[in-house]
Amino acid sequence: MSDTLNYRQVIARAIADEMREDPDVFMIGEDIGAAGGAFKTAAGLFEEFGPRRVRDTPISEQAIVGAALGAAIMGLRPVAEIMFADFAGVCYDQIVNQVAKHRYMTGGQVTVPLTIRMANGAGTGFAAQHSQAGENWFLNVPGLKIVVPATVEDLYGLLRGSIRDNDPVLFFEHKGLFSVKGTVPTGDAAVLPLGVASVVREGSDITIVATQQMRHRSVEAAEALAAVGIAAEVIDPRTLIPFDDAAVARSLAKTSRLLVVQESPQDGSWGASLVSRMTTQHFTLLDAPPSLLSSPDSPVPYAGVLEDAWLPSVDAIVARAKELVAF
Amino acid sequence: MTYHPVNPTLADPLPADALELLRSMYEIRFFEDEIMGLFSQNLVRGSTHLCQGQEAVTVGVCSALSPGDTMTCTYRGHGAVLAMGAPLDRAFGEILGRAGGLCGGKGGSMHLADVSVGALGSNAIVGGHLPTTVGAALAASYRGTSEVSVAFFGDGSTNIGAFHESLNLASIWKLPAIFVIENNQYGEYSTLASTTPIERLSDRAASYGMPGVFVDGNDVIAMRSATKTAVERARAGEGPTLIEADTYRHSGHSRSDPAKYRPEEEVKSWFARDPIVQLRNAIEASGGADAAAEVERTAHTDVDAARDLALTWPEPELSAGMEHIYS
Repeated sequence: MSDTLNYRQVIARAIADEMREDPDVFMIGEDIGAAGGAFKTAAGLFEEFGPRRVRDTPISEQAIVGAALGAAIMGLRPVAEIMFADFAGVCYDQIVNQVAKHRYMTGGQVTVPLTIRMANGAGTGFAAQHSQAGENWFLNVPGLKIVVPATVEDLYGLLRGSIRDNDPVLFFEHKGLFSVKGTVPTGDAAVLPLGVASVVREGSDITIVATQQMRHRSVEAAEALAAVGIAAEVIDPRTLIPFDDAAVARSLAKTSRLLVVQESPQDGSWGASLVSRMTTQHFTLLDAPPSLLSSPDSPVPYAGVLEDAWLPSVDAIVARAKELVAF
Repeated sequence: MTYHPVNPTLADPLPADALELLRSMYEIRFFEDEIMGLFSQNLVRGSTHLCQGQEAVTVGVCSALSPGDTMTCTYRGHGAVLAMGAPLDRAFGEILGRAGGLCGGKGGSMHLADVSVGALGSNAIVGGHLPTTVGAALAASYRGTSEVSVAFFGDGSTNIGAFHESLNLASIWKLPAIFVIENNQYGEYSTLASTTPIERLSDRAASYGMPGVFVDGNDVIAMRSATKTAVERARAGEGPTLIEADTYRHSGHSRSDPAKYRPEEEVKSWFARDPIVQLRNAIEASGGADAAAEVERTAHTDVDAARDLALTWPEPELSAGMEHIYS
């Protein structure tokens, strides 16, 4: 038995399914109650679970994340919402200094089963303060897990998996994917573990690794490449911490060529880290220098032509892949 | 700012457990004497922030709590964690960086925690733990228990955003939280008057719609009495209270601060109102001189024994550095 839903709708479905099973799961965030969330991703939850479990807060990101931390160390399983990932900047201390380190600093006296959901990503005209790929800001903060789903099935399975996880998870929902449709199986079989990549398309000439919006563009690019006789393998890691390096290495053993595509400037990004790890740990698998296709080193611009140019395009992915294969 | 003492002597009659309060304050005082000694022998790393002079605040507040109640505090938190009942030897062990320390040697002086007695964590980010206490109170409210959560923090914390967000959220949700300002007159090296436009920090409670109480923080019995009122209010579901404890640190901000910026007369007047001496005088005046002397002796002996025991404990195994990052 299964349902067709879009990426936006499946968020509330996943949370509701966890809340029905576990009375310790509750939501905390801005306008998530009767309003159903700024993106309507919480639609229906307030009606089903009421104000005790779907808690509207003031515009207070530090208090949202910190209160969720306090509740988590007392044994509850909060699902906190930070409306736009960019707003993680105003509660960076809570995420980085408090949430990520509480278990470690106490020598393991507590666990922190906390999920923080955020809407991220460019391409929807929200300009520089509402469009960033916030996942990159947390990569070198041990103690956090980072999830970046690209499809309805992955979002559903990974969100439920994140809520069940006993560690803090930053869960990024890409605004540009809200209308993507998919099929949601019901039941526990749909729950996905964190740290397992998905081989989206098999190929033997080049490995393309991408997440979220760039994963979809990479699949389009792979189709275009197939038309000119290049078989691209597309891998979506789905989670950045933990990262399924083994899946990428297995693919490189076949293809010997690595292209990473991301919607973010290059420095301090997950793509840069992946290229570094593959180069230093799997150098002998490579027949060409790894390539990282990134956004320019600028804030996300507003105007449509500028934002389109800022994001790696299908054409750019195809061109870069051809260069690598020809190396 | 002119100092106006609230109560020149202990305000209320001695309670039956006055000797226990005295013992707890002596243990904290002697514990920190020993920490300074160990520091000068290079056995303590980093820095230490002593709470000597402020013992009546934490001992008075924590003596009004019950099992199940929780507490968060600052990097000047030795006293608060011990007042909750953490064992002296494991507190020494933590600050010495030993495997048997409260946090396995991974927290140190600024991060003492003993969750088994409700001491959820000491925090080295000014104000960073106030949201955690809101969350612990939220967990109690969510589950319908009668547990309260206390946050201790300095006067300097009242100018940081997390203070505002935390008090506001705790108040609108009527959470069982108690916010205790340890007003020791200086935020690091700066006088309160130079950083804060009002004299009475408890006045800030009005803007959060909660009671604000100003208490002689060197009067352990007055501190307990004020806390009892706040605890009753919290357990009755009436919401949080802000308590401002008027007190003074005997030494500088940290080990590297000789506190030369404090006028000699001011220092003298506060030392004359040492919270331990005040309680002891009151006990002696009611015929308890011998018992008080015995409490002092045994506190000293217990602290020394705990120190000696902790010094025999091994340092952590190197593998411990990679433990407790995730569950």
